Amino acid sequence: MLEVEGLAVGYGDLLAIQEVSFNVQKGEVVSLIGSNGAGKSTLLRTISGLLRPRRGTIRFEGEPIHTVAPYDIVRKRISMVPEGRQLFGRLSVWDNLLLGAYGLDNRGEIDTALDDVVKLFPWLPERRNQRAETLSGGEQQQVAIARGLMSRPSLLMLDEPSLGIMPKLVTEMFETIDAIRKKGMTVLLVEQNVFEALSISDRAYVLQTGRIVLQGKGEELLQSDLVRQAYLGM
Amino acid sequence: MADQLLQQVVNSLLIGSVYALVAIGLTLIWGVMNVLNFAHGDFLMIGMFISFWCYTLLKMDPLFSIPVCAAALFLLGAGIYRFIISKVMKGPGLAQLVVTFGVSIFLANLAVMLWTPDFRLIEKPLLSGTWSLGSVQLSIPKFVASVGSVVVSAAVLLFLKKTRTGKAILAVEMNRDAAQLMGINTEKINSLSFGLGSALVGIAGAFLSMYYYIYPQVGGLFGLISFCIVALGGFGSIEGAFIAGILIGLVQTLGGYFFDPAYKYALVFLVYLITVWIRPQGLMGS
Repeated sequence: MLEVEGLAVGYGDLLAIQEVSFNVQKGEVVSLIGSNGAGKSTLLRTISGLLRPRRGTIRFEGEPIHTVAPYDIVRKRISMVPEGRQLFGRLSVWDNLLLGAYGLDNRGEIDTALDDVVKLFPWLPERRNQRAETLSGGEQQQVAIARGLMSRPSLLMLDEPSLGIMPKLVTEMFETIDAIRKKGMTVLLVEQNVFEALSISDRAYVLQTGRIVLQGKGEELLQSDLVRQAYLGM
Repeated sequence: MADQLLQQVVNSLLIGSVYALVAIGLTLIWGVMNVLNFAHGDFLMIGMFISFWCYTLLKMDPLFSIPVCAAALFLLGAGIYRFIISKVMKGPGLAQLVVTFGVSIFLANLAVMLWTPDFRLIEKPLLSGTWSLGSVQLSIPKFVASVGSVVVSAAVLLFLKKTRTGKAILAVEMNRDAAQLMGINTEKINSLSFGLGSALVGIAGAFLSMYYYIYPQVGGLFGLISFCIVALGGFGSIEGAFIAGILIGLVQTLGGYFFDPAYKYALVFLVYLITVWIRPQGLMGS
């Protein structure tokens, strides 16, 4: 579904991503793990069109997308839930959701999308008029995920969804992601919470200083020495 | 004494609401794309001249040239964004500042070249004269300009808060990257906001042309005052710009009354300096 080949992305003179190749197959949950500054977020921002690669290609369902503007990427059914939630704080919960469906033209499709996210987070309608910035961190993350789903994507990219929410809600967050994948969604997940991420992933890639150093099935990586020592502290 | 004071307060509100409309246009542009449009005052001047020429050549009262000014300034603003400002958006902030400054000088001098530096006045507008309300004298054109400015400001706020496009503008203002991820074409929103902000100052120009002198440099002072209002209200805040516009109107008029009319603008800028010293983000800024 998504094929990234020989990708290099830089800021100024610095290359944050060097020669990265990976792929995501339909129906999979794939994680990108690695420490801070390894280039995980840069990778997602490049796929979503916010950054332009120096070299390499990104294909989605066979079609090159690395020169497409971010506001058109979402119309190709790739949706990103950015790091730090980035809700429209002074707008209501419901307005945030509707803006998530900005790329949809069909009223019926917007209603279907609303139904789907309400099934996932039943509390949304009763808080529809609340300003997004007044929600708790965990609630904001749920709205961010719901907003990301409003464009009815076939690939959902999540950038650090567990960052900055209460530890006891982190498990709930991963259960949500699992529930989304069970509905047939393909998920590309960036996480620092390595154990939880690998536990729900079909496959994962380990990034270090802009390169992929290890890849494999989720449970395999959980057993690998590199992952156990570097990220799980075992 | 009390009567005179009341008269001054009324005068403040009359000019303050027009200031507010000018400043809302400016703050909208700043909020959406972080560009301080130094040519904003000159856009006002162009609006006033369009109204003047509609009156002189087409016998059209300023009241009826309001939509003409709005449409013309929308096109001017959106065009200047698309062909000039968007080219420097990726450059350093200073480049954007310099380019709008260049547009300002160009427009003011173009007006001198085309229309001479003379002061002009629309001599017999449809609206003229005063109403006497007790001891207070209410100039009819000023009153209509003021009410019109409030109505237009409210309409803009309603548009932003209630329509799909308006919410997209607010979304870009709050978080440009996230807005793009939602599928909002930020280039289009930039053009639209620049056009809309300019249309507002065009409408203000039509209102002002009913009672104010029209000359190529008229934008200078209005531009400067609207910068103060935008900073005072909080950069990007529409509500803030409205409140600050009224406030600046009060300071200017009451200052001139209590001290000396010669100091009225000095007082305006003094209030601005004190405010940014105590509250640098402005009244409604975050």
